[in-house]
Amino acid sequence: MADFLPFFLHSLPDLLNGLGNTFLLTFVSITAGFFIGLSLALGRVYGTKGVNWFCIGYIELIRGTPLLVQLFIIYFGLPSVGIIFTPLQAALIGLAINSGAYQAEYLRGSIQSIESGQMVAARSLGLGKLQAIQHVVLPQALRVSIPAWSNEFIYLLQYSSIAYIIQVSELTAEGKFIAAHTFRYLEIFAMIAIIYLVLTIVSTEIIDRIAKRLSIPGIGAAKGVGLRD
Amino acid sequence: MSMLEVKDIHKTYCNVEVLKGVSFTMEKEQTKVIIGPSGTGKSTLLRCINQLSPPDKGEVWLDGEEITSPKADINRIREKIGFVFQEFNLFTHLTALRNISIGLEKVKKIDKETAQKRALEELRRVGLEKQASQYPAQLSGGQKQRVGIARALAMDPDIILFDEPTSALDPELIGDVLDVMKSLAGKVAMLVVTHEMGFARNVADEIIFMEGGYIVEQGPPKEMFTNAKTQRAREFLGRIGALYGGD
Amino acid sequence: MALETLIDSLPQLLNGLGVTLGLTAFGILLGTSAGILLAIGRSYGPRPLAYPILIFEKVFRGIPLLVLFFLIYFGLTQLGISFDAFTSAVIGLGLRSAAYQAQIYRGSINSIPVGQINAAYSLGMSKLKAIRYVILPQMLRISIPGWSNEFTILLKDTSLAFGIGVIELMRQGRYIQVRDPSLVLPVFLLIAAIYFVLVFTANKTLRVVEKKYQMAGFQAEAHR
Repeated sequence: MADFLPFFLHSLPDLLNGLGNTFLLTFVSITAGFFIGLSLALGRVYGTKGVNWFCIGYIELIRGTPLLVQLFIIYFGLPSVGIIFTPLQAALIGLAINSGAYQAEYLRGSIQSIESGQMVAARSLGLGKLQAIQHVVLPQALRVSIPAWSNEFIYLLQYSSIAYIIQVSELTAEGKFIAAHTFRYLEIFAMIAIIYLVLTIVSTEIIDRIAKRLSIPGIGAAKGVGLRD
Repeated sequence: MSMLEVKDIHKTYCNVEVLKGVSFTMEKEQTKVIIGPSGTGKSTLLRCINQLSPPDKGEVWLDGEEITSPKADINRIREKIGFVFQEFNLFTHLTALRNISIGLEKVKKIDKETAQKRALEELRRVGLEKQASQYPAQLSGGQKQRVGIARALAMDPDIILFDEPTSALDPELIGDVLDVMKSLAGKVAMLVVTHEMGFARNVADEIIFMEGGYIVEQGPPKEMFTNAKTQRAREFLGRIGALYGGD
Repeated sequence: MALETLIDSLPQLLNGLGVTLGLTAFGILLGTSAGILLAIGRSYGPRPLAYPILIFEKVFRGIPLLVLFFLIYFGLTQLGISFDAFTSAVIGLGLRSAAYQAQIYRGSINSIPVGQINAAYSLGMSKLKAIRYVILPQMLRISIPGWSNEFTILLKDTSLAFGIGVIELMRQGRYIQVRDPSLVLPVFLLIAAIYFVLVFTANKTLRVVEKKYQMAGFQAEAHR
């Protein structure tokens, strides 16, 4: 343990490499997941019956099964029907699809919590449905969703580590690689745990600051709107 | 020695001194009513007596025992002091009957059957035995408060403190609660903080007028309402007396 | 033909399912009991206790479950403590769940009006009795929606025990895949279906429980 610092510095380049992939996974999937989720949420609130059922099906299927199963199906299962992805691609797709389902639920909750009065007022001014959604409902709904969204970010940050299992070289995978060679599991994973912890705390802080900048008096976060936990 | 002795109570909340040296005594089965402008520490005084909010300075003695002493067994003492809250505070997850029996079972360690029988008796006393298996959410405000009084009574206290018992009630329900309180006068000591002047005038043995954290004046209702000694008491009782009237 | 071999694999999958359920049961047991203690400790315990509990919550909510598994299963051996994979997974799942549940319970405690405990004290109940007979029953009822959510999350998270070699449902699926690559898609779709049925059943059952224990007049916390 005495040579902890040199060990740490020696491992750093590999870990940072892995961290890069972790960020990639997190940011891409939360963004893609947002657009998927928003489409699903809008489909559920404003769509026709058929669209509604499709969205519910997607959401319930994805939320009702573990992320790992979804990744295995994409990475191991699809090649058997000719669709082959690299580990990174499979992970990005899987995380995005997964995140989309969860974001859909709390976006729907936010939209519905704003819905009635605002929409009616907008329409009575002559705004079309699409305009009303775009200019009146969404700006409020998105702000209300920020706490849930912040939770989702933290969730993805942590669950990106699952990509290790399908051989993506993100932070956890790099750690396992180093540990398997040096047998210093405790130090490496304590380090990695601290890195994740720091990232979690810092991201929460940053998102809170952004939320404050964007906040409008009177639009509080609806409590417990479809949070993942 | 009097049953209850309150000696020089001081209490500060958020840098404001709410009670600035309050002293009085009470005897067994006496009814005293505390009146005065809102925010003058009347409720705080009650909470200082049963130690829900211990005083910063001063002493409270009950039956010759100093209950403000750090060595006092506050739980045992609270069995002797009943408390009826403005917001009722009935246990939401228990039926009316259980609200009353739980203190008997868990604090006085009475067996379940006897406790439930006793609780039913108390409910009968306040006229609510038909509501025994209803939950607080299903009761009206007046019914809730009567259960609250029954709950306090069941513990066989030496004195019951009433903290604005009717202030949260719709006007038409106040009468029922006041009737229950009237029936208790002379049977158990009652210290009541209220705006109900009718009750004060007709039931109290003595009226305590508080303002600004002090007791301004105290005396029998007849005297206080018609011939108070201090000007402030005369003003207040005159104005409020006219507003709230009697029964 | 694929169907036959799939059916042949069923015993294996059932085995895996058993382990998955075992992980879930022990994990949620640990998480719930620890979570309740943490919440009550933080809300009603002595002041110096609040800070370490806060740290515990932040740490176990801020580390990925997989990293936690590695630390417990591999890392602790360097300190002379070694748990088998199943136990390591249960500990990891339980501790993480405890941190999340503590948050749920604290939220519930905060929604109980302060008058409830004041009334309990006024009857002469000690703090312990007041917590046991007045606060706890209400806290648990209010927490049912949040707990249900946490339960299904834990159920799904058991799949990560794959990462430290626990032979639960996922691992069995992988064995089947390796033995007979043509089965890969069917078997994982089947596994997905099994999880789905488990989650669906759990949710429906817990909804029934929630309705039964809803306290008349108490708003169920908005959830999901």
